[in-house]
Amino acid sequence: MISAAESTNIRTNNGRLPRAPQRPVEREVRPAADRYRNPIGRYKVCRSADCRSCGLCVELCPYGVHQKPRGYSLTLRPRDHLCIGPGCAQTDHYCIDRCPNHALSLGRNPTAEAIGDPRWTSDLILSTWHQAETGHAPAGGLEFQHGASGGGFDKLRFRFPEQPPVALGAGEVDTGLELNRRDDGRPRVHIDLPIYGGGMSFGSVSIHVMLARARAATAWNTFSCSGEGGYPERLEPYDDHMITQVATGLFGVREETIQRVRIVEFKYAQGAKPGLGGHLLGDKNTPEVARMRQAVVGNALFSPFPFHSVYSVEDHKKHLDWIKMTNPKALVSVKVSTPTDVDMVAVGSYFAGAHIIHLDGSYGGTGAAPDIAKKNIAMPIEYAVPKVHKFLVAEGIRDGVVLIASGGIRTAHDVLKAIALGADGAVIGTSELVALGCIRCGGCESGRGCARGIATTDPELMLQVDIDWGTQRLINLYAAWREQFVDVLRRFGMRSITELRGRTDCLYHLDYAKEGEAACG
Amino acid sequence: MPKRYHVPIVPVPARFRRVGKYGTVDWREDCSRCKNCVKLQCVYGVYQSENPYNSDPSSPIEPLFDCRACLSCIQGCAKGLLSLSINPEYLTLGDDYWRPDIIAATWEQAETGRIPVSGAGYRGPFSGPGFDSIWTDMSEIVRPTRDGIHGREYINTSVDIGPKPAHLVFGPNGEPGKMEPLLEVPIPVLLDLPPWGPPSDAIPGARIAAAAALGTLSIVRPNEVAAAEPEHVSSLVPLFEGLEFAEHESLLRRVRMVEIADGPDTLSHGARLRASNPDLVVCARVRLEPAAMERVWALCQGGIKVIHLCADAEGREIGAERPRFAKDVLRNIHGRLVQEGVRDEVTLIASGGIALAEHVAKAIICGADLVAVGLPLMIALGCRVCSGDHNGSCPADIQTIDVPYAAQRMVNLMGAWHSQLIEVLGAMGIREVRRLRGEVGRAMFQEDLEREAFGDLGR
Repeated sequence: MISAAESTNIRTNNGRLPRAPQRPVEREVRPAADRYRNPIGRYKVCRSADCRSCGLCVELCPYGVHQKPRGYSLTLRPRDHLCIGPGCAQTDHYCIDRCPNHALSLGRNPTAEAIGDPRWTSDLILSTWHQAETGHAPAGGLEFQHGASGGGFDKLRFRFPEQPPVALGAGEVDTGLELNRRDDGRPRVHIDLPIYGGGMSFGSVSIHVMLARARAATAWNTFSCSGEGGYPERLEPYDDHMITQVATGLFGVREETIQRVRIVEFKYAQGAKPGLGGHLLGDKNTPEVARMRQAVVGNALFSPFPFHSVYSVEDHKKHLDWIKMTNPKALVSVKVSTPTDVDMVAVGSYFAGAHIIHLDGSYGGTGAAPDIAKKNIAMPIEYAVPKVHKFLVAEGIRDGVVLIASGGIRTAHDVLKAIALGADGAVIGTSELVALGCIRCGGCESGRGCARGIATTDPELMLQVDIDWGTQRLINLYAAWREQFVDVLRRFGMRSITELRGRTDCLYHLDYAKEGEAACG
Repeated sequence: MPKRYHVPIVPVPARFRRVGKYGTVDWREDCSRCKNCVKLQCVYGVYQSENPYNSDPSSPIEPLFDCRACLSCIQGCAKGLLSLSINPEYLTLGDDYWRPDIIAATWEQAETGRIPVSGAGYRGPFSGPGFDSIWTDMSEIVRPTRDGIHGREYINTSVDIGPKPAHLVFGPNGEPGKMEPLLEVPIPVLLDLPPWGPPSDAIPGARIAAAAALGTLSIVRPNEVAAAEPEHVSSLVPLFEGLEFAEHESLLRRVRMVEIADGPDTLSHGARLRASNPDLVVCARVRLEPAAMERVWALCQGGIKVIHLCADAEGREIGAERPRFAKDVLRNIHGRLVQEGVRDEVTLIASGGIALAEHVAKAIICGADLVAVGLPLMIALGCRVCSGDHNGSCPADIQTIDVPYAAQRMVNLMGAWHSQLIEVLGAMGIREVRRLRGEVGRAMFQEDLEREAFGDLGR
């Protein structure tokens, strides 16, 4: 394996690419509170005028709901997003019952009940925020493992053995993944987690969001992806952890951007709008975005579909060869959607020379897309992964390629289920944006863009996301997910995430479970 | 290139305030009236529009109903006085099949004529019964046209209605025999009778005008024909549910297609109508009952080659103990006609449960040539699918609607559906909707996918 530093030297020695010094980012979990004044939790704790500010609730609550800073004569408004709810009534520190003046009341937060949808439930949004804030899974009963869509990952559960076959310490479990399985002399790029960040272009999200993602990827020795909107100079200190994308519009694709990175991704299609190409609305094509994309300010930019120079596997190979010649040290990833013949597409990509086959299922995506496409075109990733995995195994080429799943991967458990179904790892997108404060209101496409300052290039709105804060939120999310990866692998007695690949015997489906099986998960 | 089909879309605002999904609950009494009030910072300007509403009750916008639920105000208020809630009125829209989100999306399309677009991924259930258990195919490398699916080189959405003989017939002296009449409509959608609705002369008039603007056909009752402008008569398909043919002989000479409600005498009625006007396309309107497949085959053998299959409003079989969804019945009927070797000679029109643009494509994939829609046209006018629950008074006041307004709303909806059909076809690499008929190989059915993906799970 060649480290990031070594590969930097190799490419510098080629004399082809003056590179910016790479900037490390510390991998440490630190609290990163919600950036809004009123964080949202499942419950609301109300303090009435009967409160005498005795401070008993402050002493009692181990979750920090009640606060009375030194020097304050009154107790502050409850930080009710930290409250674990009525379950606390079983303990001796239930503030509602213990308040001597009966000034506290507890109820469900109507806002929490109004947000979310079957795929991203209110609990999933709140638990992702919690993980981004604390670096750990929530303990207060929030569901953080699956949604309520009624199918796919949400119907799959792990079939854990009663006792792990091997007792492993947390430090003995490896969650890393090698991204080059070919013996082709190119670097055997290693990432410390089986996940990396999906493509989000400059223009679809702000530079602050791109930087936060790149820095978190650097901290966790994994990757983030520039998307197809060019490669902003501010990302150069994180080149070793960036994937640059070559998509059908070829926006901002230049020889130096391809030579700058360790992985280049060909985007043939994307799950949110399979077969339809990309579309950046004119409002979002600001002067800066236009400069990056070498386009005209204010014009809507279409990324056509498909690549107009590819009609066969041979044409596809020609594409990959072009990138490989341009950057002799880069790995090549091929991102495709999930048509009926996705298995043949994957095999074709393998024989064309791809190191990574990235399947993007139909239910994901971060940017604006026609609702009809997201819901109906191409199959969900839960079906595509086993189909491709089995076909690659049958063809005898499974161990020569890395299979990455995306498109609807919301939680750490979704990642693990995708791996058990046959993927090597996963790409995430929406989860990262939720960690940064996305509420999934779906207004990414409108006017000035995202009201939460994420999917926007509006100079005022984008300032809502501070780069350091965003970096920390993502580092925390990744840390929380790694804890869950390790926990599940330990329960199976597996030393490496690679042992889980294709282990469908570790899963059961709620609709087809054998009697008594539901109790195991 | 022949002239490209164009739907004349003109944005038409709703007559009444839109019932939005969200509302904010505002606990005003503790407000400190700070100068950086979150209401003034709303990116969508929802709160600013509250002022005209307060001073002018007839103003169409109310902040409750245009909220996008971005939570910026709720999380930003200095005193935490705001909460988000689901608008209870929104939850009362429609029913289990015609869900609030379908109704809201239909309103939006009728207003703008544009494809619904949103960010941050799909937000519905994993799958559902009927059409929601089908996914359509796409191609990684095939593009249907050379300059984009909305470019000059277009994707053809025209379909034919009428008997299509498998071969030409010549007379004893080699002269070509009489060709059966064949209609071509530029979108695979007919505008059908709604399953219910308040009595109104405007609604049939609007449907006929919309059909004329779209270049398609509108199914009407004979007593509704008076609502048609003279130049729109060729867009009419009168539906005869009894024996009133004699009363409408003049009409039957002027229209291009007629529907007969299926009954014991359908074949003889059809023969009589064809005899009186050989240029008339005769269609049998058949309820999608358990015996529908045999009935379709019998009608085909008897010479009726255009059959309109009507499922219930939720797209299910009628009168069955355990009704199947139309998608399954259509596949069976289509398959039977293929098996009998006559599928290309017959036109199948499917209706019932066609609620969204994707249902058009999916019904065609399952074997229909085209669909007919009624209820979505009513929703385009503001209908909430209350099924007359409001003591006979329509909450959308549809009976007072005027024809040009209603027609444009219907045209806009069909324009948005047409654009979405093109997106589905474009993703597949198909540039001709006729080629989609029965193409189950270009679709993925949940039962097959579940078996392939999870059939061996844990075994």
